[in-house]
Amino acid sequence: MQTFDLSKDGLRALNSSLHALKGQTNMTAWEVINPKGAHAIAAGVDAPVEITVRGSTGYYCAGMNKQASIFIKGSAGPGVAENMMSGKVVIDGDASQYAGATGRGGLLVIKGNASSRCGISMKGIEIVVHGNIGHMSCFMAQSGSVVVLGDAGEALGDSLYEARLFVRGKVKSLGADCIEKEMRPEHFALLEDLLRRGEADHKAKPEQFRRYGSARKLYNFNIDNAAAY
Amino acid sequence: MCGIVGLFLKDASLEPKLGAMLADMLITMTDRGPDSAGIAIYSGSGEGRAKLTVQSAHPGRDFANLDADLKDAIGTPVLMLIKDTHAVLEVPVAQLEAARSALTHLRPTVKVMSAGEGIEIFKEVGLPKDVAARFGISKMGGTHGIGHTRMATESAVTTMGAHPFSTGNDQCLVHNGSLSNHNGVRRELKRLGMTFETENDTEVGAAFISHKLQSGDTLGHALEATLTDLDGFFTFVVGTKNGFGVVRDPIACKPAVMAETDQYVAFGSEYRALVNLPGIETARIWEPEPATVYFWER
Repeated sequence: MQTFDLSKDGLRALNSSLHALKGQTNMTAWEVINPKGAHAIAAGVDAPVEITVRGSTGYYCAGMNKQASIFIKGSAGPGVAENMMSGKVVIDGDASQYAGATGRGGLLVIKGNASSRCGISMKGIEIVVHGNIGHMSCFMAQSGSVVVLGDAGEALGDSLYEARLFVRGKVKSLGADCIEKEMRPEHFALLEDLLRRGEADHKAKPEQFRRYGSARKLYNFNIDNAAAY
Repeated sequence: MCGIVGLFLKDASLEPKLGAMLADMLITMTDRGPDSAGIAIYSGSGEGRAKLTVQSAHPGRDFANLDADLKDAIGTPVLMLIKDTHAVLEVPVAQLEAARSALTHLRPTVKVMSAGEGIEIFKEVGLPKDVAARFGISKMGGTHGIGHTRMATESAVTTMGAHPFSTGNDQCLVHNGSLSNHNGVRRELKRLGMTFETENDTEVGAAFISHKLQSGDTLGHALEATLTDLDGFFTFVVGTKNGFGVVRDPIACKPAVMAETDQYVAFGSEYRALVNLPGIETARIWEPEPATVYFWER
């Protein structure tokens, strides 16, 4: 186990050590202590390592993550796991706005609540939120899946493309072109797998969820709307 | 960007440390806005006393004999405490408006930062650590306070363009964001008799709330009205004699984190600002909801 005291050694030293671990390494377990809300902790990691952050983080923790499993033993600031490519990020507490934004792959698990714009413009990431998500979540979400055990805020999935959204609780309102869709067998199977990997299978069952997706009416220019432009 | 911090103490034993805690929080937020910094501190000035905090670009000239000149003008003794470019003038509450009006004749170039029974505002161009040191903020006690470090988007980087803005006795406001309809709202408020020192959008937000309070609205109602009448991005933190309030616009892209324990309620633009507060490890920590008014009063 490599233990890194952020208050002593500084963020640059941490991130350059982590960036130096290209591909395979025998230094597979890392612990970051005294994060104190610092920005960009463990951003840009590209190695199959486990990093445990003991406390709460600031902006962009685990951004652009590839391969690594990053565990935040606190809450995360804005943009956690932004543009994640692969690997896993698990947050014990809450996540601030735009968690998992533009993520292309990997799994983001938020055990508390996520605030506004969770999964905005996501492109393949899987997100499991044990609590609620805030307004404008999954705005222009292109692909991937979001599972919310709690409620969703206003304008869920506005201008959605092909991401799949599953919400167990109430949805305050759906955004433009986002509609409720039927749950078919493949969706129950997908949910079961996501709940298990998202450490939520003891809290919820697939049949408790509703599915939301794109009505696909904004995909093409509609000549009848020309006067509106 | 801009950085905001706020602290409302519930535990009186922390009151002597208010300035030190608030200055530390604000210095942590320096990289959110290094243009200028300001702090409003509320502390009782004693029975029947009020404070006028004033600023001058030429303190040596303007503050010389200011207490004596004011005493001659209003007929009661005035206590003056000079801190760098600012001076705090203590007068009986009943003489506060007389002192303010006399000041405009005695020292026309001196600017009033704040007036009231509790409030003192210190603000200047520069980094939070320098501004806090110039005014000895760390040595100040009080019941609650607000700090701001500015990255200017609207109007010039000047002392008067720094936050907090005070547009009513014992009232102040700091802002992260930018208002887009401030010119229209300013025109309307001017018509209603409000006065302005700058072309700054935040001053309009402050005057909007002050006008509501003057018209008999509660702080809660005044803050709710910002959601319908002000357009743009804002996280506002507002101070009054008895408390402080928080409101974010419905889009809420300007960050805000709050922490509450039995000892205090604290606000920070980021969690970083809160990490040195006592008992933060076990505090209730949350993000204020968009379009939702929060306030604490004693």
